[in-house]
Amino acid sequence: MGVDGIGARALRKEDKRFITGKGRYTDDMVLPRMAYAAFVRSPHAHAKVTGIDASAALAMPGVDAVLTGEQLVGDGIGNLICGWMVHSKDGSPMNMGAWRALEPEIVRHVGQAVAVVIADTQAQARDAADAVIVDYDELPAIVDAVAAMEAGAPQLHPEASNNLIYDWEIGDEAATNAAFEQAAHVTRMDIHNNRLVPNPMEPRAAVADYNDAEEHYTLYTTSQNPHVARLVLSAFYNVAPENKLRVIAPDVGGGFGSKIFIYPEEIVALWASKRVGRPVKWVSDRTEAFLTDAHGRDHKSHAELALDADNKIIGFRVQTVANLGAYMSLFSSSVPTYLYATLLSGQYDIPAIHANVKAVYTNTTPVDAYRGAGRPEATFLVERMMETAAREVGLSPAEFRRKNFVRSFPHQTPVIMCYDAGDYDATLDAALKAIDHDGFPARKAEAASRGKLRGMGLSCYIEACGIAPSAAVGSLGAGVGLWESAEVRVNPVGSIEVLTGSHSHGQGHETTFAQLISERFGLDTDSVNIVHGDTDKVQFGMGTYGSRSGAVGMSAIVKALDKVEAKAKKIAAHLMEAAEGDIQIEGGELKVAGTDKKLSFTEVALAAYTAHNLPEGMEPGLKEGAFYDPTNFTFPAGTYACEVEIDPDTGKTEIVNFVAADDFGKIINPMIVEGQVHGGLTQGIGQALLENAAYDESGQLVTGSYMDYTMPRADDVPSYQLLTTETICPGNPLGMKGCGEAGAIGSPPAVINAITDAINNNDLSMPATPERVWQASRAGLQQAAE
Amino acid sequence: MYETSYHRAGSVADAAALMAKAEDGKFLSGGQTLIPTMKQRLAAPSDLVDLMGIAEMTGISDEGSAIKIGAATTHHEVATSPVVSEGIPGLASLAAGIGDPAVRHMGTLGGSISNNDPAADYPAALVALGATVTTSKRSLSADEFFVGMFETALEEDEIVTSVSFPKPSQSAYAKYPNPASRYAMAGVFVAKMSGGDVRVAVTGAGQDGVFRVAEMETALSSNWSAEAVAGVSVDAGDLLADIHGSAEYRANLVTVMAKRAVAAAG
Repeated sequence: MGVDGIGARALRKEDKRFITGKGRYTDDMVLPRMAYAAFVRSPHAHAKVTGIDASAALAMPGVDAVLTGEQLVGDGIGNLICGWMVHSKDGSPMNMGAWRALEPEIVRHVGQAVAVVIADTQAQARDAADAVIVDYDELPAIVDAVAAMEAGAPQLHPEASNNLIYDWEIGDEAATNAAFEQAAHVTRMDIHNNRLVPNPMEPRAAVADYNDAEEHYTLYTTSQNPHVARLVLSAFYNVAPENKLRVIAPDVGGGFGSKIFIYPEEIVALWASKRVGRPVKWVSDRTEAFLTDAHGRDHKSHAELALDADNKIIGFRVQTVANLGAYMSLFSSSVPTYLYATLLSGQYDIPAIHANVKAVYTNTTPVDAYRGAGRPEATFLVERMMETAAREVGLSPAEFRRKNFVRSFPHQTPVIMCYDAGDYDATLDAALKAIDHDGFPARKAEAASRGKLRGMGLSCYIEACGIAPSAAVGSLGAGVGLWESAEVRVNPVGSIEVLTGSHSHGQGHETTFAQLISERFGLDTDSVNIVHGDTDKVQFGMGTYGSRSGAVGMSAIVKALDKVEAKAKKIAAHLMEAAEGDIQIEGGELKVAGTDKKLSFTEVALAAYTAHNLPEGMEPGLKEGAFYDPTNFTFPAGTYACEVEIDPDTGKTEIVNFVAADDFGKIINPMIVEGQVHGGLTQGIGQALLENAAYDESGQLVTGSYMDYTMPRADDVPSYQLLTTETICPGNPLGMKGCGEAGAIGSPPAVINAITDAINNNDLSMPATPERVWQASRAGLQQAAE
Repeated sequence: MYETSYHRAGSVADAAALMAKAEDGKFLSGGQTLIPTMKQRLAAPSDLVDLMGIAEMTGISDEGSAIKIGAATTHHEVATSPVVSEGIPGLASLAAGIGDPAVRHMGTLGGSISNNDPAADYPAALVALGATVTTSKRSLSADEFFVGMFETALEEDEIVTSVSFPKPSQSAYAKYPNPASRYAMAGVFVAKMSGGDVRVAVTGAGQDGVFRVAEMETALSSNWSAEAVAGVSVDAGDLLADIHGSAEYRANLVTVMAKRAVAAAG
C-alpha cells in the first residue's frame, strides 16, 4: 500500500477481503461433528411457563437434545448480570431482577428463550423447535415506562417494586432551583427519545466447542470485546475459568454497541456444547435480531431551561424516565446515568444543573448502549431546548448558542465532566459558512414559490469518549477497568505485528493502526499486521465501543512503540558505535545524525534476534507491550447544520443540505473518519425521520421486520458536506478525541430543529414520519394564519 | 422455511396437472411475496408449481387497441417494453416503480394480481384501464377479478395466463410509498380512454383492496385537470390505518396522488 503515515487517506487494507466476499465471520466457522441450535422463544410479553413438552421434538429426525432452563439452572449456570452498579439518590443499590439464559418460570418479553433444540442441521433444529410445546399462563404486560411505575401496573421482578430499578440524581438540586427563582425566562419541553433496533448487517452468532479431554471451551462469537466476554462468562456465568475458555471474535459485520453485551444465546451454546459433546452453532435470523439484540434509547423527559435577562443560561433541570426493558443488560444502568446526564451541560457554560433519572422495567426487549449510548439522548434534549429557547426569546439560534458557549479550558461542568479542550465558535462558524446560512432566507423564499417549506436547524453537540479513565469509571460504579493494551512484535526480518485489545467490526483498524507504525518507522503499511479478536493471541483488552479505539487503543500502541523505538535505537547505536541520542529513524532506516552511517530497520530487527552482538546485558528480541489508562474522557464536539424542504401535501421531508463540522482532535486517516461520520449521520437521520421500535399494548413488537421498521436508505440521505477543525486533545499522546459516534449523537436535533423551523410548529416527535410532519405542518400553518 | 417440493411446469395444462397431484400446492410466479412468507415459516405449501417457464404465458404483444401481456412477464419486461411505453406510458412507469431491481426482475404481472396485496401497484392499472384478465378457464373484467384484500375471483386450480390492457389516450400512475416497505400507501392510476371514458383507481389505501373513485371520474370527465380532483376527497372510514399512516392521512394522499397522476398524464 505504501508508506502512509498520520493524515494519509490510505485505502483500507481489509476491504480486499470484504469486497471479494472472503471475510471470515462466525457463521463461516464449520467444525467437525458440529450441531445446530434453535431456540424456543416466548410468543408472549409476560407469562408463566407452566410446562414444556419436548417429546415430539425429540422424536424428530436429527434431534440430539432439547434443553430447558431447569437443566441450565441445575447445572449451575449463573444469571446474566449488569456490570455497572448505580445507586439511587437515597443510597440504595439498583434493584436487579434475575435473568436466566433460558427462563424456567416467567417470561418477560416476546422472544425470550425458554428452551433450545440441538440437531444435526439448522433446518432440523428449527423444525423441532416449532414442535416443542410450551404451556403458558399469560400475565398482563406493560410496555410504557411511565405507566409501569404507576400503582396497579403489572410487576416484572419481585426485586423492583413499581418496576423501579433506580431513582438516581446528579447535580445540585438546591442551586438549580434557586437559579429558576431568578430566571427572566424559562423554556419547558417534554421530549421523547424513540427506541431503536441496532440492525448490524451481520446478525449475532456463536459457535461453541467443548473439548472434554482438556475441559476447555472455544467460543467463536460476534463480539466487540472478546476479552470482556471471556471475563464475564468466567466470573459470573460459571461456564469455565478464563484459562479454560478461549473467545474468538473473527470478522464481525457491524456492532453499534449491540455486540458489546453477553447474551443468553452464547452462554447456552457453550453449555449445550458440553452437554451434547459436540460443537454447537447458533446464528440469529433477522426476526431474532429484532426481538433479542439490545435496543437503544427510549427516554421520556421533561426539561426546563432558565435564562437571565441577558439570555444567559443560569439553570437546567431535567427529569427522565428510561425504559430498560425486561432485564438489565450488561451496561444498561450506565447509559441513562453516567453516559447521559453527565453531558447535559452541552457546549455551554451552565452554572447549575440538576437531573433526576428513573430507570424502569417493562415487558420489552432489554435496552443498552447503541451508537452514542446516552450522549445522543443528552444532545437531543440540550439542542432541542437551545433551539426552542432561542426562538422563544427571539434570538437567532446561532447567536443564542454563541452567547452561552464555554470558552475557557479546562472547564468543570456541574455534572462531573471536565472539558479539556475545544473551540466551539470554530465549528459553529465553519458550519454556518458551509451551509451558507446568510443565504437561507432567499432559499426559503424560493422554495415557498414552489409550494415547499424550507427550514434550517442547528445542533452543537459534545460527547465524552474513550470511556475511561479506569479509576474514574470505577468510582462511578463500573465493574471493570477501561484501559487498553497493545503489544508491538517486530519479527526478525523487520515485519511487524501489532496485537491490540481493540476490536474492529467495521472501523478500519487494520489500516489506521498500521499507519501509526508507518509514521514512526517509515515502513510500508503492508509490512504491518494488526492482530485482534482472539483471547489466545492478544494478551488482554477491553474492546471497542464509546469511540475509544483511537484515543485509548492507539495510545497503548504508541506506548509500546516508544519502547520498541528506544530499544531499536540502543541496538543501532551499539552496532554503529554511535551515541544513542544521535540515532534518527527515517524512511525505514536508523541513521547516525550528521554521518552517512545507517542500518535498515530489518538489519536492526535481525540483530535483536540473532543476539550475536547486543549491548551488554540487553535481552534478545524486539517485542514490547503496554497498557494505557487515560487521564480523562475525550470531548469531541462540533456543529451540525441541516437544511430541509418539506412537501406540505404529503409531509415528506427532504434533507437538501447537511453540513457536519467536527473537532475530533488529531485525525490519522481522514477517509476512514469521513466514513465513520457518514455512517453515524445516516443512523442519526434514521432516528430522526424513520426508525422506531413500536410495541402494541400487549407487548408485541409491531415493527419486527423491514416491512415496518424503516432503515435509512441511500435515497433518504443527502450527500454530506464534512469539515473538520482541530483542537488537540491534551489527554493522550496522539491528541485524538474519537469519531465513531459523533454523527449519530449530533444529527437528530439538527434534523428536528430544521423541520420544526420549516413548518412553524415546534411540537414534533421522532421519528418525524411523513404523517407526523403533515399533521404538524397543518397545525403550524393554522397557527401562522391566526 | 419448511420442506417443500418444487416443480417447473412446461405448459398451462401441465401446471394444472401438477397442482391436482399436490397435497397442498401453491403456484409460484416470481415468488416475491410467497418465498419471503415461506422463509418466515408463515406459509408451508407441500408443493410449488413454477409458472415462469411456460412459454404461452410470457411476452407482450400489440393488438391494436389493446396490449396483451403474458402473466409470467416480469415487471422489468413491462417497464422496459417499447410497446408498453408507447401505448400505455402510465403502465410502464408503474412497473418501473415496483419494489427494487431484484423484485422487478423476478416478480410477474400474474403473480402480483393473483396475490392481490392491497398495497400492490398493478391492481390500480387493471381497474383504471378496464383490463381483461384471461385465465386457464375464462376471461373476466378487472372489476370482477379483484374481490377483496388478498382475495380474487380465481378458483384454487385456476391460473391467470394473460392480461389485456386497452390503450388509453392518457394515463399515469402516482404513488406514495410506505417509508419502510416501499409498497404503496396510496397509489392512484388515472386513465382517459379513447372514447372519453375516465377511470380512477386507488390501491394501497382501501380496506378491501383496489377501488374506484366515482366522484373523481365525474370531475375529470368534464375537466381533465389536477384542479378538478383537488377538492375531491375519499371517505377515510373505508381506508386502511396502521403505524405508518392513519386513514385520514391516506385519504389526503389519495387526493394528492390523484392530482399528481393527472398532472403527469398531461
